[in-house]
Amino acid sequence: MTVVRISDDALALACGADAVAAAFVGAGCTVERVSSWGMHWLEPLVELDGKGFGPAVPGDVAAILNGTSAKAIGIIADHPFIARQQRLTFARAGKTRPLDLADYAATGGWAGLYRARSIGAPAIIAEMSQSGLRGRGGAGFPAGIKWQTVASAPGDRKFIVCNADEGDSGTFADRMLMEGDPFQLIEGMAIAAHAVGAGQGYIYVRSEYPHAIAKLNAAITLAAEIIAPFTIEVRVGAGAYVCGEETSLLNSIEGKRGEVRAKPPLPAHQGLFGQPTVINNVLTLAAVPHILSEGGAVLYDSHGFGRSKGTKPIQLAGNIRHGGVFETPFGITLHDLIYDIGGGTASGRPVKAVQVGGPLGAYIHPDRFDLPFDYEAYAGADALIGHGGVVVFDDTADMGKLARFAMEFCAVESCGKCTPCRIGSTRGVELIDRIRGGATAGGAVESLPQMHNAAKTPRSREADIELLEDLCETMKFGSLCALGGFTPYPVLSALRHWPEDFG
Amino acid sequence: MNRSARLVEIVAAHAGREGPLLPLLHEVQAEFGCVDGEAEAQLAHALNLSRAEVHGVVSFYHDFTATADPRPCVQLCRAEACQARGVEALVPAAQAAAGGRVKLHDVYCLGLCSVGPNARVGDQLYARLDQGSLVELIERA
Repeated sequence: MTVVRISDDALALACGADAVAAAFVGAGCTVERVSSWGMHWLEPLVELDGKGFGPAVPGDVAAILNGTSAKAIGIIADHPFIARQQRLTFARAGKTRPLDLADYAATGGWAGLYRARSIGAPAIIAEMSQSGLRGRGGAGFPAGIKWQTVASAPGDRKFIVCNADEGDSGTFADRMLMEGDPFQLIEGMAIAAHAVGAGQGYIYVRSEYPHAIAKLNAAITLAAEIIAPFTIEVRVGAGAYVCGEETSLLNSIEGKRGEVRAKPPLPAHQGLFGQPTVINNVLTLAAVPHILSEGGAVLYDSHGFGRSKGTKPIQLAGNIRHGGVFETPFGITLHDLIYDIGGGTASGRPVKAVQVGGPLGAYIHPDRFDLPFDYEAYAGADALIGHGGVVVFDDTADMGKLARFAMEFCAVESCGKCTPCRIGSTRGVELIDRIRGGATAGGAVESLPQMHNAAKTPRSREADIELLEDLCETMKFGSLCALGGFTPYPVLSALRHWPEDFG
Repeated sequence: MNRSARLVEIVAAHAGREGPLLPLLHEVQAEFGCVDGEAEAQLAHALNLSRAEVHGVVSFYHDFTATADPRPCVQLCRAEACQARGVEALVPAAQAAAGGRVKLHDVYCLGLCSVGPNARVGDQLYARLDQGSLVELIERA
């Protein structure tokens, strides 16, 4: 019986994988539904004896089976896109059935958890610190220190919370991990629970990810005995972008409005239901089983660049020919990512800008494509790595419009708790409209009689730009969380590098 | 079974949870198509919260609506990655196809950012949309 492997990842499904799978079943084949290799331009990707064919449609079945398909890409594991990667977190991508416990165990699954239980909590935390793993959600806080804080914090109960509210445009690694290798996330959470003494875990997943939610629920049921007495519950978000911020996420799980909490107290001291809480991103927790396997911490620390240790699953998205997930040690440049690996734009037009780090990340000009992928190097260039999403734009992009979109997005998604974000974002949209519209008169609000301090004479374009920069400064330093605090990054970077797009 | 009795059942099904409001609201929204004032009052009573607290939560999240919309809904991603792949150029045709019959709802990221423009109908996802396939999707909805 011929066995073909086709992904059941949401992206493969969106590209028509089910119809292709049904066609192979109709041709008498056995179809194994596996995770995605992460080469998205080739989805649905069909694997037959290690060789790949894609993007496949039902009409390709006969040609693939008789070896005459023009969509053959050779041995998948040898494809340059895969061979150039250093896959630790995504080591099983494309190779295992997501909900098959035997597949998971056969590929080293649970080894980290069993070893963690045998070495004990202090040694787990020591190895986490030694590995140099930093939070993969964007902030880059050392995971070992966070775990140590929770372990030593007094509390009746402790919690492990997985932040799976992957709202950033251009990011999908959390989704792929949850759909493709859910046991690895569960194992990471169980190790964290053992390290800090937590009994209950929550995975907060956004409602836009129905497939991930279904896979996680199924995987938690299957793994319940292995991780016992630790238990995990999936909580589904409700469409609020700001709930990806850790404190509003905690409020959301508690059943409250997803408003940001002021820090301190840190969640590690008073987190979920006021108890000490480890809150980590999906990719942070999914990196843990590898680190806790024999020799894993040292190996992890040996990868990377500067203080950014280990590997980062980078997501190539937007207008790029070869999009997908590319896991590599830190230090790779945007030039390599976009041209050598990504193959340039999908449209074939020149690259105009790249947004790294989601809607709150800076737009990076091709002049800076030599920047190494590293938390500190990006911070030094007024940019951020965030969750590692890389969105490519070609020369048809209107950077003024994108800057306005960033402000508008902030205005719509602001939780409303702090003034710079709630009001500043709306004023920012108005200012950008005024700059782009070329109008110099003040807005409707400024001409109200009670606005004594507003300028009486129309402002010049230069004065409007200065005002926008001033507003961004206030948002950056005065906002409670990254939503208001980082929205200035895309706005100011667009203004700085592409002033001609602002009218 | 009337609505009120069904709500009692829904509340009972989540009784064991800590912080049960969001799971409850999701179920109410799915069952009745909205979370209206009546449902808010009943939930507030059952959870020993004030109606204002429940309303505050309902109105905070995009997924909960105060009134039901019986129209089929097509969610279209208009976030940056889909913009980079040209979704904005499809919007006028999509709006024309939707008219008053289909609810065309903007979403900000379905997590398929390398194969956009993307849409979602129910739990079905659609990628690599062009004007023709998007209009067809809306007309079939």
